[in-house]
Amino acid sequence: MIAFGQFLEVLVSGLLAGVLYSLVALGFVLIFKASGVFNFAQGAMVLLAGLALVRSLDFMVAKGLPFWAAIVIALLFAAVVMAITAWMVERFVLGPLINQDGLTLFMSTIGVTFMIEGGAQMLFGSDVYPLRLFPSDAWFLFEGSFPGGILVSKIDVWGGLIAAVLVVGLALFFQKTKTGRALRAVADDHAAAQSVGISLNWIWFIVWLVAGLVALVAATVWGTKLGVQFSITFLALKALPVLIIGGFTSVPGAIVGGLIVGAGEKLAEAYLGPFIGGGIEYWFAYVLALVVLMARPQGLFGERIIERI
Amino acid sequence: MRKLTLALAALALAAPAVTEPALAQNEQFIPALVYRTGPYAPNGIPFANGVADYWTLLNERDGGINGVKIVFEECETGYATDKGVECYERLKGKGPTGAAYFSPLSTGITFALTDKVPGDKIPLLTMGYGRSESRNGAVFPWNFIAVGSYWTAADVAIQHIAKELGGFDKLKGKKISLVYHDSPYGKEPIAALEARAKLNGFDFKAIPVTHPGVEQKSQWLAIRQDRPDYVLLWGWGVMNSTSIKEAAAVGFPREKVIGVWWSGAEPDVTPAGEQSAGYKALMLQHGPGKFAVHADLEKNVVSKGKAAAKEDFAQVLYNRGLINSMIGTEAIRTAMKKYGNKPMTGEQVRWGFENLNLTAARIKELGFEGMLQPLRFSCEDHQGADVARMQQWDGKAWKTISDYYKADDSILAPLVKENAAKYATEKKITARDCSKES
Repeated sequence: MIAFGQFLEVLVSGLLAGVLYSLVALGFVLIFKASGVFNFAQGAMVLLAGLALVRSLDFMVAKGLPFWAAIVIALLFAAVVMAITAWMVERFVLGPLINQDGLTLFMSTIGVTFMIEGGAQMLFGSDVYPLRLFPSDAWFLFEGSFPGGILVSKIDVWGGLIAAVLVVGLALFFQKTKTGRALRAVADDHAAAQSVGISLNWIWFIVWLVAGLVALVAATVWGTKLGVQFSITFLALKALPVLIIGGFTSVPGAIVGGLIVGAGEKLAEAYLGPFIGGGIEYWFAYVLALVVLMARPQGLFGERIIERI
Repeated sequence: MRKLTLALAALALAAPAVTEPALAQNEQFIPALVYRTGPYAPNGIPFANGVADYWTLLNERDGGINGVKIVFEECETGYATDKGVECYERLKGKGPTGAAYFSPLSTGITFALTDKVPGDKIPLLTMGYGRSESRNGAVFPWNFIAVGSYWTAADVAIQHIAKELGGFDKLKGKKISLVYHDSPYGKEPIAALEARAKLNGFDFKAIPVTHPGVEQKSQWLAIRQDRPDYVLLWGWGVMNSTSIKEAAAVGFPREKVIGVWWSGAEPDVTPAGEQSAGYKALMLQHGPGKFAVHADLEKNVVSKGKAAAKEDFAQVLYNRGLINSMIGTEAIRTAMKKYGNKPMTGEQVRWGFENLNLTAARIKELGFEGMLQPLRFSCEDHQGADVARMQQWDGKAWKTISDYYKADDSILAPLVKENAAKYATEKKITARDCSKES
């Protein structure tokens, strides 16, 4: 019974961790879906959003503002910072590179990554900034059935709820709003979308803004979990296998991919790790991704690419 | 052309950043390998500030070392071994006599440079980190693992646990786990802990955490199931605070978590807030707080607006940076006694290190009384001291909770001898005969 309880505990924590990876992966999906650009800077955007949020929050709390008011203003400030970033990326990086091939655009986002990382630390500091928006203790469920119960972290549950709200919100945005439909049109065919009067520059600004806001949401959860600090940028590396598994163009795929990666790596660390020295969860996620790549190159939920020859 | 420009911009961003000072002939050049950006910056910055502020103090207060002004340059490594080696190659030949010594603040970089420094004749000062067997100066003439090694730390941690339990005999049958950064740094204490486990009869388990250590849930769930009596923490940067948070999340008592001295500074505990209360960590002899040297710094550096430190002034890692620079510059001063008051070469500084004798009186004169015990290197002993204390975070500040423990040399000396001999065989090094060294 202990062994089964332990298995359940690892599985649940893995699934919840996976949802948190999905929060970062969603930002990649949004930009890739609308522009075909693989945005390497998504992890750096989470760092920038988190730093803008926590530093402005700390500043206003120190000035004596009530916490709830400080939170609202800090969120707005961070959203403005992400909007400025989106505008600058569109204006100075992607705009001039319009009609360049995908690899060039990808390389440009690597440059953007370094600039955002450096700029964010220069503007807001490179220390560890604690953020306490969600409870960080745990529930112990089914204590009657399993000795010690099944541990479930409250912050991971919060992350799951936020991801669910985000997915619903994004689905509504894409399906029900004029801008969302324009985004889908651009994703389907740039030239056709332009021919019916959709401005590519505007759409790219919007999509980077939405990705920036998703990064802000991810930063609230990950910042509470780890403290806002540079290591948050490494989450981008966690999101990559999620994207490979779920598909680069699918919002539900990012969630399912996250669940598979989270559960897979935690179970591997717990049950396979002790036999091969441990510390395997980082690369095990990529093993899962490679297996999916070989069986289904477009990912579980990605669009199948059929080219006429 | 546009692609070329982008590639050049990316290269410029990826290259280590070096600031170039103008050098005169009567200046002692000392390089500083730092990490002020990246995942380990919260820990790298206060150390780098302490290092720089002490050199500035010597220049401002004394006009340098015996009239020879110190010129230093920082090179950003980001705690990456490849960048550290690149910084080393760029800076080793600078100044009228080349680099006086290097302090990489990274066990990975130390491992890489240990093979290079004999050829370049530049000493490596690795205070409290690096290869534990490099204490053996006969095999490692260029390495100075000052103040304490990871084996010292591991041994002292077990001694403290034994004291808490009521004696070494109480260790028998106990479970002690090591949560470690999966890198050369994190793996260093394993040999000493295994030796102790064999001797004292406790069950030892090593649990790796992958760089940078932001994901440790599986490891702490395993600890929750395994229920060890103590957890030793060998982390760095974000890994430390994440470990403390995960320990709290799985309900493991923080009083039973003992960190190495690189897991015992303010950036390691403050991110976890009240969850850190009770957590213990070893001290590389010193803790936080102001001593006589800080009054000198305030008068000669801070008040003139020349301090690198901000809110980290007198914090644990800032103080460690001060001590690191003090030991390095005292080695240069010792070398000057033999070679004259002029810029020293790396080879001369190595002699200075090997003949450095920091007595209690000299430590007091330098303003470090209370921070450091007497330290004396020799040809055989490149560690110079083997004592450490324990501190505990009370939720607001570090409090010293023990007197000095002396590492048990009957366990560590054979380990040093065995591993140094193995290294000498691997690298085809003929050990020096210290009885013939002057």
